[in-house]
Amino acid sequence: MHPVRKQRLILVLVVVAVSSVVSALVLYATREFGDYAYSISKIVSGDIDKTKSIRAGGCVVPGSVIRATDRLFTTFQITDGMANLKVTYDGLLPDLFAEEEAAVITGRLDDGGTLVASKVMAKHDETYTPKEVSDNLEEANVPSRDCKGITYD
Amino acid sequence: MASWQWFHRMGSPKWFYEKMRIWMLALGFLSCAMIMVGMVWGLAFAPAELKQGNSYRIMYVHVPTAIVSMGGYYVMAIAGAIGLIWRMKLSFMVMKSTAPVGAILTFLGLFTGAVWGKPTWGVYWVWDARITFMVILFFIYLGIIALQEAYPDKDMGDKAAALLSLVGMVVVPLIYKSVDWWFTLHQKSTFKLTEKSTIDPSMAYPLILMIFATYMFFAWMVIYRTRVEILYRERKTQWVKQALLGPA
Repeated sequence: MHPVRKQRLILVLVVVAVSSVVSALVLYATREFGDYAYSISKIVSGDIDKTKSIRAGGCVVPGSVIRATDRLFTTFQITDGMANLKVTYDGLLPDLFAEEEAAVITGRLDDGGTLVASKVMAKHDETYTPKEVSDNLEEANVPSRDCKGITYD
Repeated sequence: MASWQWFHRMGSPKWFYEKMRIWMLALGFLSCAMIMVGMVWGLAFAPAELKQGNSYRIMYVHVPTAIVSMGGYYVMAIAGAIGLIWRMKLSFMVMKSTAPVGAILTFLGLFTGAVWGKPTWGVYWVWDARITFMVILFFIYLGIIALQEAYPDKDMGDKAAALLSLVGMVVVPLIYKSVDWWFTLHQKSTFKLTEKSTIDPSMAYPLILMIFATYMFFAWMVIYRTRVEILYRERKTQWVKQALLGPA
């Protein structure tokens, strides 16, 4: 290869390498900043500013969802397998919200440590199963992959 | 050196213009046919999903456009790098032709994602790592388009845009790995390299077809636009006059 071209090739590689390393360092230094939601353990441990609105991500504990009969009020518990957090929500839940499914909740902690939600989002996992296939399965409700290995108590 | 001659011949705009005509026609016909088959298959014949019902079918547009917007970025950046190293005119023309195609595909990926997000997550938009990096990719594409036009000197514009596309390259692996490195609302990859993919074959086949079809559509668009760019930039040459007006 011509020496001038070789020099330019090295320059191109250096540009790519430097920009990658810089981005990697910035993202590594702010790694929690990249997370869309706090883990439940972190919230329960009290390490959270109660005056601010936060997002919590976890799995809905089976049997914990209690819906009010006269209005759109729901209470449920959400967990990361280590700690549980009580959530109250006054609004319409997304269709995919269910027990043993992952969810992300935006809200504020009250004095009793309950998360008062202003928004509830359902997190879909990466599995795609046809309806007909699942009808033949023993258990029709397959829990989310995001909640695999989580023990509820 | 003699071994590089083939490479330089390939960089001839005239050679590209003439040889790519048949490829352009073939890719155009094939990609349109495959997209039609894939669409009908995915939207009408693939089974409904267990939890999402029919709304999951948006993925037959979302996944291919998002994948090709990232793969296409490498095509553009590598074309820019070749232009920088070998000072190949054709290479810059390919880079210039790729940017708007990539930008549109990125936009489609974002838009279809938002449409799917509403029935699935309950919101159109969130600023999680995957989606935020995808927005950055969109703006890098727009930046490259704008930078090329910002210089009165075409050569300077080409070089500046190529440099920006090299710097922006880092965002593609970030998009790809974002769902593993951070907690995102966006789900992880369905097609896995080391374990079994988590999609039923009856749903996967039309998706794979659509991914191939979108790559071919991308190649078609890039070749088509590059040929137009060649005609424009070489408009003062004899061969272009002959190619367009016929032998005098």
